[in-house]
Amino acid sequence: MIENRPIVTFFTHVMLILGIFMIALPIWITFVASTHDEIRMVQSPIPLWPGDQFFVNLERTLFGAGLSGTENAPVWLMLLNSLAMALMISIGKIAISLISAFAIVYFKFPFRMTFFWMIFITLMLPVEVRILPTFEVVANLGLLNSYWGLSIPLIASATATFMFRQVFLTIPDELLESARIDGAGPMRFFWDILLPLSRTNIAALFVIMFIFGWNQYLWPLLVTTDTSMTTIVMSIKQMLEAAEQSPQWNIIMMTALLAMVPPVFVVIGMQKLFVKGLTETEK
Amino acid sequence: MIKRVHFPASPLPYLLVAPQILITLVFFIWPASQALYQSFLIEDAFGLGSEFVWFENFQLLFEDDHYIDSFLRTAFFSAAVAFLSMSFALVLAGFADRVVKGATFYRTLLIWPYAIAPVLAGALWVFMFNPTLGIFPYFLQAFGIDWNHYLNGSQAMALVIMAAAWKQVAYNFLFYLAAMQSIPKSVIEAAAIDGAGPIKRFSTIIFPLISPTTFFLLVINVVYAFFETFGIIHAVTQGGPANSTTILVYKVFNDGFVGLDLGGSAAQSVILMILVIAMTVIQFRYVERKVEY
Repeated sequence: MIENRPIVTFFTHVMLILGIFMIALPIWITFVASTHDEIRMVQSPIPLWPGDQFFVNLERTLFGAGLSGTENAPVWLMLLNSLAMALMISIGKIAISLISAFAIVYFKFPFRMTFFWMIFITLMLPVEVRILPTFEVVANLGLLNSYWGLSIPLIASATATFMFRQVFLTIPDELLESARIDGAGPMRFFWDILLPLSRTNIAALFVIMFIFGWNQYLWPLLVTTDTSMTTIVMSIKQMLEAAEQSPQWNIIMMTALLAMVPPVFVVIGMQKLFVKGLTETEK
Repeated sequence: MIKRVHFPASPLPYLLVAPQILITLVFFIWPASQALYQSFLIEDAFGLGSEFVWFENFQLLFEDDHYIDSFLRTAFFSAAVAFLSMSFALVLAGFADRVVKGATFYRTLLIWPYAIAPVLAGALWVFMFNPTLGIFPYFLQAFGIDWNHYLNGSQAMALVIMAAAWKQVAYNFLFYLAAMQSIPKSVIEAAAIDGAGPIKRFSTIIFPLISPTTFFLLVINVVYAFFETFGIIHAVTQGGPANSTTILVYKVFNDGFVGLDLGGSAAQSVILMILVIAMTVIQFRYVERKVEY
């Protein structure tokens, strides 16, 4: 604070609270919609204050048939699928980028720069722009409707490799020298020195990649045709389509709420790591 | 680039890079080269054979009014999303930067929309603006505005812009706040002693000093609007009504998977790849300036 002007300070807080209100409004309306029964949710104007049907809707959404008149997988199964996909993508990305960054920074070998540029190029090819041929590859490999097909094409990540490369470059050379004098081989050095030193970076990256994996939409939509492989995020679209015939907004909004709780929880619960991960992966 | 001290050459580094290189080759480089190859082919009407036609697919695209329209629409859409979410985030960050007590509290409450998937953001906004039930059309009626984004193209566009911008505010806010907090306090204090009020300080000192962040965020937001908003469009409007919200990424998907025009879709993919590469290069060239003050 530079100067003490109570009116300006008051105004600042009012504006911030107003901003939060505007940002939170869609979520509030979603939450309210998930606490009423479906009869109330088709009467205009829709309520703006929570009702008492939250747990009824929660149980119906999680374990019941979900939306009546659709052939969806139960919501708990979709949540599990999403969790499996998000974990496979985030852990996979971290694992393969850790070892490739290790190789690129600590070894001198022919084609090192070729490999580096091959990884760099993936930064420029988001899945959306190469969607059709990538789908063909996955179909030819027989990976449709499997967790492997869902996660592996999204696992290669230039951002993660760059971040670990950056981290390794800041680690003093003396550590490697003394490790070698003590007779440690490359893998021993990796496990006992590099991994413990990059622990916070790994955690920060995990937060970002978990959110990235959980929120995938277009790719799961194409790769899964079997309803038992549906992820929670892609099920929302099918529910919106069904809503045109029989609106059950309480169930749809409860599903939306369930789909956003895990990543939002990760962001709020691990805010420090999240901010670190976000600012560091953006170079 | 490489450590001064390193391990001697052995087969080990090849084993270590193998998983990443394998995935990159199979799922990135091979599909991208396939897209490039297919963009030079036209399949006959029955899908039995294809003919190598050089740049005819690209020529057809740029003669196609739908594609040109989609291009202009995408430009407008991304400009609107970037402007809306960046200016909102800038104002909020400007206020949050002044707060001494409770700054973390405000930050927590402002950053979590980042975690919401685009398709979910779309679902939330489509519910709020549902013509028969939504809360906003209900209030808009009082002003004599008849909201129906299923029929009105500009209303549909406005809705997807709002949903896309809403989701991105959190990200912009975080970077703006970090940039503002890294400005040395002594600069601000000196200006205050010279008699500059909060608004004057913001417009003549803070805003110019964070311009590298503004530039960086502009690139990020345009990339976001171009590629990551697919879920919003798909959930809210499906490109309609009458193609009024068909942006480029949606068109690639639609022509390839629904229209089954492989050559045309591949040519569109190639154009998008060129756009991404251009934006990545811009981002990298200016990234060094980002940290200088």
